[in-house]
Formats: sequence, structure tokens, C-alpha cells
Amino acid sequence: MTGTTYSHAPGFVAGDRPQIVTSRFEYEDSYTLERALATDGYAGLRAALSRSATEVHDEVKAATVLGRGGAGFPAGTKWGLTPAGVWPRYLVVNGDESEPGTYKDRLLMERDPHQLIEGCLIACYAAGLSQCFLYIRGEMALAQERVAAALNEAYAAGYVGRNILGSDFSLDIVLHWGAGAYVVGEETALIESLEGNRGMPRLKPPFFPAAIGLYGKPTIVNNVETMANLPWLMRNGSAAYTAIGSATSPGTRMVAVSGHVKRPGVYEIINGTTTFRDLLYGAEFCGGIRDNNELKAFVPGGGSAPWFLPDQLDLPFEGRLIGAAGSMAGSGAVMVMDDTTDIPNAALTLTRFYAHESCGKCTPCREGGTWLMRILDRVVAGQGTQRDLDQLLEVGGTICPGDFPHASSERLGLAAVPFPYKMTTICFVGPSAYTPVHSALTLFRDEFEAKLVKRTFIPVTAVSVSETEAAL
Amino acid sequence: MTTTESNDVEAAEVVVDPNAVSVTINGKQFTARKGDLIIKAAENAGAYIPHFCYHDRMSSVGMCRMCLVEVDTGRGPQLMPSCMFPVTPGMVVETESPASKAAQEGIIELLLANHPLDCPVCDKGGECPLQDQSFSHGPGESRYIEEKRHYEKPIAISELVLLDRERCILCDRCTRFADEVAGDALIQFTSRGNTTEVTTFPDEPFSSYFSGNTVQICPVGALTAKPYRFKARPWDLEEAESTCTTCSVGCRTAVQSSRDELLRYQGVDSDPVNWGWLCDKGRFSFEGVKSDDRLTTPLVRTANGHEATSWNSANAAAARMITDAIAAGGASSVAVLGGARGSNEDAFAWARLAHEIIGTPNVSAQLGDGLPVGVLGMNRATIDQASSAATIILLAPDLKEELPVLYLRLRDAAVKNRSRIIEFAPKATGLTRYAWRTVFYEPGTQADAVSATLARPEIAAQLAKGEVVIVAGRANLAESSAGTTAALLALSTALPEAKVLPALRRGNVVGAISVGMRRGKGGLDSTGILNAAAAGKIECLILVGTDPIADVPDADLARRALAGARRIIAVDTFITDSSRLADVVFPAAAYAEKAGTTTNIEGRVTTLAHKVTVTGTSRPDWMVAAELAQLLGTDLGFGSVDDVTAAIAAAVDGFEEVTAEALEAAANGVLAGVASFDPITTPTVVLGDRNSYNFRLVVSRKLYDQAVGTAHSPSLAKLAPGGAVFVHPLDIARIGSAIGADVKVSAPKATIVLSLAIDDSVQRGTAWVPFNQTGAKIGELIDAAAAVTDVRIESL
Repeated sequence: MTGTTYSHAPGFVAGDRPQIVTSRFEYEDSYTLERALATDGYAGLRAALSRSATEVHDEVKAATVLGRGGAGFPAGTKWGLTPAGVWPRYLVVNGDESEPGTYKDRLLMERDPHQLIEGCLIACYAAGLSQCFLYIRGEMALAQERVAAALNEAYAAGYVGRNILGSDFSLDIVLHWGAGAYVVGEETALIESLEGNRGMPRLKPPFFPAAIGLYGKPTIVNNVETMANLPWLMRNGSAAYTAIGSATSPGTRMVAVSGHVKRPGVYEIINGTTTFRDLLYGAEFCGGIRDNNELKAFVPGGGSAPWFLPDQLDLPFEGRLIGAAGSMAGSGAVMVMDDTTDIPNAALTLTRFYAHESCGKCTPCREGGTWLMRILDRVVAGQGTQRDLDQLLEVGGTICPGDFPHASSERLGLAAVPFPYKMTTICFVGPSAYTPVHSALTLFRDEFEAKLVKRTFIPVTAVSVSETEAAL
Repeated sequence: MTTTESNDVEAAEVVVDPNAVSVTINGKQFTARKGDLIIKAAENAGAYIPHFCYHDRMSSVGMCRMCLVEVDTGRGPQLMPSCMFPVTPGMVVETESPASKAAQEGIIELLLANHPLDCPVCDKGGECPLQDQSFSHGPGESRYIEEKRHYEKPIAISELVLLDRERCILCDRCTRFADEVAGDALIQFTSRGNTTEVTTFPDEPFSSYFSGNTVQICPVGALTAKPYRFKARPWDLEEAESTCTTCSVGCRTAVQSSRDELLRYQGVDSDPVNWGWLCDKGRFSFEGVKSDDRLTTPLVRTANGHEATSWNSANAAAARMITDAIAAGGASSVAVLGGARGSNEDAFAWARLAHEIIGTPNVSAQLGDGLPVGVLGMNRATIDQASSAATIILLAPDLKEELPVLYLRLRDAAVKNRSRIIEFAPKATGLTRYAWRTVFYEPGTQADAVSATLARPEIAAQLAKGEVVIVAGRANLAESSAGTTAALLALSTALPEAKVLPALRRGNVVGAISVGMRRGKGGLDSTGILNAAAAGKIECLILVGTDPIADVPDADLARRALAGARRIIAVDTFITDSSRLADVVFPAAAYAEKAGTTTNIEGRVTTLAHKVTVTGTSRPDWMVAAELAQLLGTDLGFGSVDDVTAAIAAAVDGFEEVTAEALEAAANGVLAGVASFDPITTPTVVLGDRNSYNFRLVVSRKLYDQAVGTAHSPSLAKLAPGGAVFVHPLDIARIGSAIGADVKVSAPKATIVLSLAIDDSVQRGTAWVPFNQTGAKIGELIDAAAAVTDVRIESL
């Protein structure tokens, strides 16, 4: 039970907790078609194809499957946003998981690619989409290999291709590997990248991908985990789905925990009801902070989410509640910092990432992110001044004008400022560079001040010339 | 009381303009046009919103974030990039609210963070949007104390343009222009984030014909053009608005000079014509105007060759030559060629001199490379009409090479899906990429190609979709105008409603022809004049700003004509191959050295600015004509250029509205009416037996060639590609010679040696040679009397 012997496999304990997307993870060969078929694989697809597309779409809407990519927009509603009568229309599955701390989609792709393929088929059938593009992050070699192999198996077995399972539903799934840019996780940048352009976000509105997306056609962009939910939903129905979790956040959700806990890993937790305390301290999850240290702070929803304090431990993992408390559920990545953490350094690590990943398209992110990093660099190196700390907030104010969300703190007597922030940038990369700076500075300013340059100033007192002369 | 009531009734009946959108801008009610972007509407309402990446003539990208303003669409005020959103009814825009100002100041500070602030040594300083907007909308100081970005500066990205990446604020204007407007996406962003930079592809310079526009639209001093670098400070420049006469599109320019020296031309946004763009040839041709080789005094031929003389003696000599010629061979033994390079006034004065005072009908403004003047009498299209027509039919030379800004306008029509282009061409052109259908024909067979194409059902369906504009010009100088004329007639017969835009290229060819530089009753056309001169029937040949030896496709004919003419008078800016043979040479005032008007291909008359003092004792062409008229006994009554402009309005069919007052009042010039010209008659095209001459020759112009203006502009001269014979890659085997090797190119008239090259825009069975390049003159092979030219290509 020491911090060094944990497995990176999801540390759930089979038992009462329902498993919607991780049910095959316990098998060594979970990624094969053989195993999938032995464990209800493609049964969800059969169930879907036995009903009309509208019925399937309604079922997904009724289940309120929230998008698992970060924004948490209901998938069924999103599918309905495409304009009528424009063909072709595409499904793009966002497997470019690159938010710091997030590695849940990777496991879903590595461990159960057939579940993902099945989900894509169901989504395309329900939403009337003519082709599916699976965009997998460039660095995820094993995921690429497993999904590609699974797709070949599925084509060979007739689950993908023409007249699937003898129905008149046909679909092609195209694989595409990313080239290593964080911002391509943003849906419009991903579409640009898929089209062969530089991965830079498009401006939206006026054009959301659902109206004008890939190749100028209506495009639904969904997360891998969202797709992975669909087979179970089709097998068990929306009533069973909504019976799990809270009313506003039904089902389960994959959460990747990293940092200073005893057992970091990906856990499938019940959506909307599991609290952070359960997750970090529960025996079936992370089992507490490493070395039984004190929790100092944690990031609840990926590197770009404002930080939480132990004050927020009893919040359930539910998007709206987390938002009201000053952060976001985001991509479902919890990063834990215990009391040994050097907070300014932790902030620098995250800010450096976002400054480096700025695509350079819009000014505040391109210039502001790097500026923040440079100042922070100086502060961490012990060369900063009080002015630098204010400067950090002022530069951040140019990227995100107005009140910036943060958690409440009893220790500091701070009330929460709810999510979201305002921004002068095109996408969220710029604000994400500022988020760790703002959280760290707001919640732990004393730690920054401790690092400031120690200068002894000679007090300037009025000395008259005559006195000086007298002294001589 | 009653009045008020009736007013109310009237008010109720007022039809609401469906395109009006009522918005509130800075607390004031404003009626904007539907579809207007907020930034545009605000500017129209008098509230300037600072911006860098936004450009009126390009798509918005919302990258610089400078135009963020608070906009309330009913959901509370929000910062929005005003270049990205159109106005909506009831929108409330605050361009100067604290939040808007804070955002703008923040962006300026960020943009200046890595900007070198080397304004004192930067060419843009004084006319720099970054500098100006830092003053007007910036915080006034910077808190940035870190090390700035450093790059090697500047780097040449083409022969003409230099890039300073330290100054660049990555607004995407140049890269967007290159991709969106010019279609030459040769500059791109590379790297990312804070190290993003603009760059060219390895070993591929930014060799666009339109590269100078990127310098003009750069909102900082990152892009500079070699011809202007470190030549002047903007506040020392004087400026006059004028029209470019390098080709006949008629782009509006701002002619800028300092201390009486031409230093720069900038494009002026003329909505019906050039949208602010210029081609590089037009933009940098000012170098030729101030060339040291310009003629400064009149020359007369003596036993020792040309000798400088006074205007009085040159005028007297020229008048005597004309009198002698009339005495020797009658008035019709005098012929006048040219006028297409000058102003309307120049052409009009010379036309009056030729037709009325000398009394010769042998006058032509073209040089055997144009079309019968009847093309100007057809139902004339404007450039706007062409670029908004449902179908554009191209029966024209490569517009990218000959009328570059017309190419931009038609390309825009095609890429924005307003128009479909049906192209007839002997060789792929710059617009082939954008054409809906391209029909390649073998020179001489264009009429058949047109008939066959018109018979296709999908073409007929397309042509029925709306307006059709035919762009007509000479695609091939190695054939007579007969094939093109026949094809044009076939088109206009099949499509009687179609409008025609003449694609004749010399700066003022349409104006010159319109005001009278064309053959009179019983007169000869240019080829006729040259033939007569070669046969010794021309006693006096007058060349008004024209160089037949370089410009007439049939080089042999031109040479024989100049040798055969007994007396030659030339009015020119330089000593050319032709003016070298003249007995009297008058130095002519060049572009920007004389005022007047010019007419573009659509008949739009615009003003030319007199910006700098003439070179030496040069005079405008019209003044030379007026002096000669005086000496020949008639006072034309032209005391100033305005007199000539007024005389044109009074005398020329279609120019009644073109008065000095009208030109003064009109921002975009005055569209002259279409006069009646002798209609085009159906020519007969007789194609000879090809025998062993198995390549049909296509000769056309490149933008940069050995033409006198280009050759004397050092920056442009080196861009001329040089001569070679190009064949289709699959035809190379038939020749049995290697690419790059010298080959013999033979026609019945002559044999020349050119190096062999391949180009897949050349059609099989044809050979293409660019006209008027260095090396052997392809004109030697061209026979003005033959319908087409066939050549044999053999290894040496």
C-alpha cells in the first residue's frame, strides 16, 4: 500500500459500482473482437439498428449523455443542431486527448477500441451522419495500433462498411493521427488539422461545426468517452442510464487522477454524486494522499481548470456545481498537490505548457502567455519583485478581462467567483495559461512573496550638503 | 395642424428599407446596411475602431484582437471582435467604453512587447498603423522588460520584397493576400505560438506578380520593397492621385514624390476597378520614368547620326518632312502609328493633326497585335459587370500576364462562386485553375472550338443562367487576328445579349482609338501601313510613342517597314530600336510628368496626375502635335491640356460627359459612352498544309519582358524570364533533344535558335515562345500575312 506499488490500470473495485465504459478492462485481451463479442460487443449496435434512427436519437436525448470532452454539452442535443438537407455530414471523434493530466480516452482506445467503434456506428446511425473520422493523438502509438487493428477486424466482420449487419446502414470510419499540437484538441482546430491545414482554431460563431465544419459541411465533433457510452446505453436503455448518477449528470464518468495520491489512475465514477473526498480518499479509489500528507490544492478538471482547495473536497463531481464553485469539470482530470508542493513552480509548469502550446494566431495568447511564463520564471528563480506579482495579474487581465473564477477559501476569507471567465482570445488556450497563475496567486500569494528577491534598501533620508561637508 | 397630420400619413406610407439595420453606436442611433460588419458600420458612423488584421478587401480572421469592442445584443455587453460580426437590429456598440478601451490598450501593449520599436529607421514610420494606433489607442507605456524576440533582419523573400520578422505582428494580412487575393500562396506562417513567423517555402521565393501589395497593406514595417527602401520618410512625400497606364486596366494609384523625384506608387481603392491592388510591374515602373537613359532634348539625324537640337529646329525639320512627304506622295503617304501609350489628349491632338491637318486616313493605335477596332463598338461590359456575370467567356490572352489586376477581379469572381469561367485558350493560363471549363484549341481553329462548345448541352444550360460577358483579346501573336475575330463573331452571334470586355493591353489603347487614332475612310490598319512602308509607299512615318521593331509580332515586316519609309518622325521617351532609325526624335514627357486623362478597357476615363517636372526639355505628345499643326498652318487652339480635354468632350462621340468638372466630381472616373465603330466583318481563316512544320506556334507575352519601360526599371528588368521554346513534356521525345539544349526553330520565313524547355501548360502539338524576351527574336518567324505559324523544332 505504499505509493510505489500501484498499477496504472484503473483502480476500481468491482462490486456495486456500475461499469458503463470499463466493463471489459479486467480482461487481458479486452481489445480483441473475440473478447468484445463474448461480452455483449456490438449488441448495442444491433439494438440500435433494430429501431429507427429517430428512436435511437430520442433515446440518447432522453439519457442526457453529456459530452465528456470538457464543455459537457448534451450529445443528443448537439446531433440535432445540424441544418436539414445538407449532405454529406460528418462525425469527427476527438481522440486528441492532450489536456494536462487527462489520460482517460487513451485507456478507452487502448483497452476497448471495439466499444468506441460501436459507439461511432450508433452515433452516425442516430444522427444521420455519412462518414466518421477518428482523430487520434499523434503520440498515442498503442491506441493508434489497437484502434486500427480493431477497425480492420470490424470491417472484416461486417460491423463497419457497406450494409452493416445486413441493414441498409453503411458507414466508413477513417483514422487520422494528429501531429502533436495541444490546441488541436479544440474542435475547430481539429477540423483544420484534419483538412490538412495548420491546427489553428476557427472563429466561432458565426460558424459552429454543426453548421459549417469539416470540408465546409455539417460536422458533429464528439469525445471518445461520449461515444464509448453509447453501446451500454443502447443495450440497457435510457432509463437504466439515468438511474445512475445525478439528474443533471447521469451515467458514469471516467476521471484520471494524477499527482500526490496513493493510487493515481483512471476511475469510472458515478457521475454527479461521487465527491472529490470519495475520489481522493476512498479506499476503492485513490486511497488518500501519498505518505499521508495533507492535501494542499487540487485541479478538478484538467490543467486549464482553476484550482480547488481542501475546502471544496465535499463537492460532487458535477459540472454545474463545480462551475458555481469557481472551476470546471472539464476533461475529468484531477491533479492533486500535497503540502510539499512548491505552488509557484507548479503554476509555472502548467503555464509553460500553455505558452508553448499557443498556436500563435491571436495576440493575447501568443504574446501574453509567453509574457506570463517569463515573469513567473523569474519569480520562481528568486528574481521577482512585488511588482511582478501584480504584473502577472495585469497581463492576465488583458487575456481575461473582469473577474476571474476562483474557489472559495475559509483560510483567506474568499468567496467563490463562479465559472466561466471572459476572454479576449479566440479559444481557451490563452486563458488556460493564466488560470494556474491566477489560482496560485490568489490562493497562495504568500508562497510567491517568499520567493521574491531579497533586497536591502538603504533608507533615503534627507542629508543636507552642509552636514556632508561638515563630516568631511 | 393639418400639415402635421398629412406628414404622419406620409410617414406611415414610407417603405421600410429591408437592408437597413438600426444600431446604437456610442449612444447614437445609426442606420447601417444589412451585412455590414460592426467595424465597418462604426466607421461609417464616425467611430473608428482600431484594427490590424482586418482589411476591407479580404476575409476577416479576427486574429489581432485589436478591434474588440463592447457589444450588447440583448444579453449584456460583451467584448466582441468587431471585424467578425455583422450588425444585427438593436445592437448596442460601445467603442470607447472602459472595457473596450482596456482591451485595446492591452492588445497594443502585447503587440509592442516584442516589436523592436525601431521607428526612427523604419520606412513605415510616419504612416504606420501600429505607430498611429499606439498613439491613439495605446496605453502610452510598456511594462514589458523581458528580452524581445530576435531574428535575422531583414531577409529577402523575393527579388522585390524584404521581410523583417522582428517588426512583424503576425496579422496574416500578407499571407492572406497571397492566398486569397493573388492565388499565390507562397508565403505562410511557420512554427507556432510566440515563435510564429512568416516565411517562404524552401527555395521558392515569393515571386508573385502582386507582391508589392503585401508591402502596402502591411500594418507595420515588416515588409519593405527594395525600390523604396530608405528613399524617403512618409512626411516628406507629396502625393497626387492618378491612374496607372502600364496596362489598360486603369488601376488608380497615388503617385508619390519627394524633391521632384518619383519614389513610390501606391494602389488606391477604386471600387469599380482595382480594389486597391496593383501589379508589381505597375507599382515599380516609376524607376523607368526617372531612368538616366531618358531622352532630354530633340534629336535630328545628321551625317554623324543623331544630334541634339532645339525644339524650334526639330519642329521646323519635322514640319518640313511632312510637307515634303505630302508634296511627294500625297497626304495618304503620311502614316501615323501609336498613341496608345499616352493620354487621351495626346491621342486626340495627334488624331486631329493626322486626319484634319495632314489629311491622311492611315492612322492606327495598334501594332498588328490587337483586334479590329469594331470590338470597341460591341455591347461593352464594365469590369464590375464581367466579375459579376453568371458566365465569363475568356477568348483572351493570359490575363495574369497581360492585364494582371483584371485577372485578380475575375479570379475573385470565380473563387467566390459569383461567376463561372468558360475559357478558350491555346495554352493554359493563370485563370485555367479557376475556370469552370477550359477548351484548348489549336491556333486558327478557335471558331470551330467555340461552335463545338456552344453546342454542348451543359454549356448551353450554363449560358442560360444569366449575364454573359466575353473577354476578347489576342491570345497568340503568332497568328493573325482572323481566328480570334471569327470566334468572337461566332460567340456574339450565338449570344446576342452578351457583353464584351476588350482585353487590349496598351495603357490607353481604348482611349486612343476612341478619340480618333484609327484609320479614316479608305485608310490602312497597322499591318497595312507597315506593308505600305515596306513597299516604299510611305513618304513619312510618324511613330507616336511606339516601337514597331520591338512590338510588332512580324519582326521582319517591322524592320522592312522602317527601312522602306522615306522619312521617320518619332516621339518617344527613350531611344528604342525604332526611334534610333528616325530622322527627328522628339523627347516625350512620361507618366507622372504630364496631366491629362486616360481611358481603360471598359471606357472609364480617369485623370492622370502631373506630379514631377519633365525630364530635360520633354514635352507631352499633344503639345508636339499642336506645335506641328501650327507650323503646318493650322492652330488647333490647344493652349493647355485642359483645352484638349474640353475639345475631346466637345468633339468625340461618347465623350460628351467627360468634362473637367465631371472628372473632378467623380471619385471613380467617368464612364464614356460607346461610340459606333466600323463593325467587325467575318474574316476568312485559311490554314495552310503543315507539312513537316509539325508544331503550331503560340507566342504570348509575359508580364516582364524587354519592353522599354520594364527594361529601364532595374528592379523589374531582372524579373524577365528570358527566351526559350516550350513544348509539352510528352512532345519532347518527338524532338530528340534534351531539355535545356539549344534547338533550331524553323518557320517558312526564318530559323532561329532557342533553348528547349517543357511546360505542361503548353498543349501537345504546339510550341510556345514568350514574346520580346532576351535571346533570339521569335518575331522573325511570324508572318503577318499568314493565319497561323507552324514551326519545326530540331536539334542543332
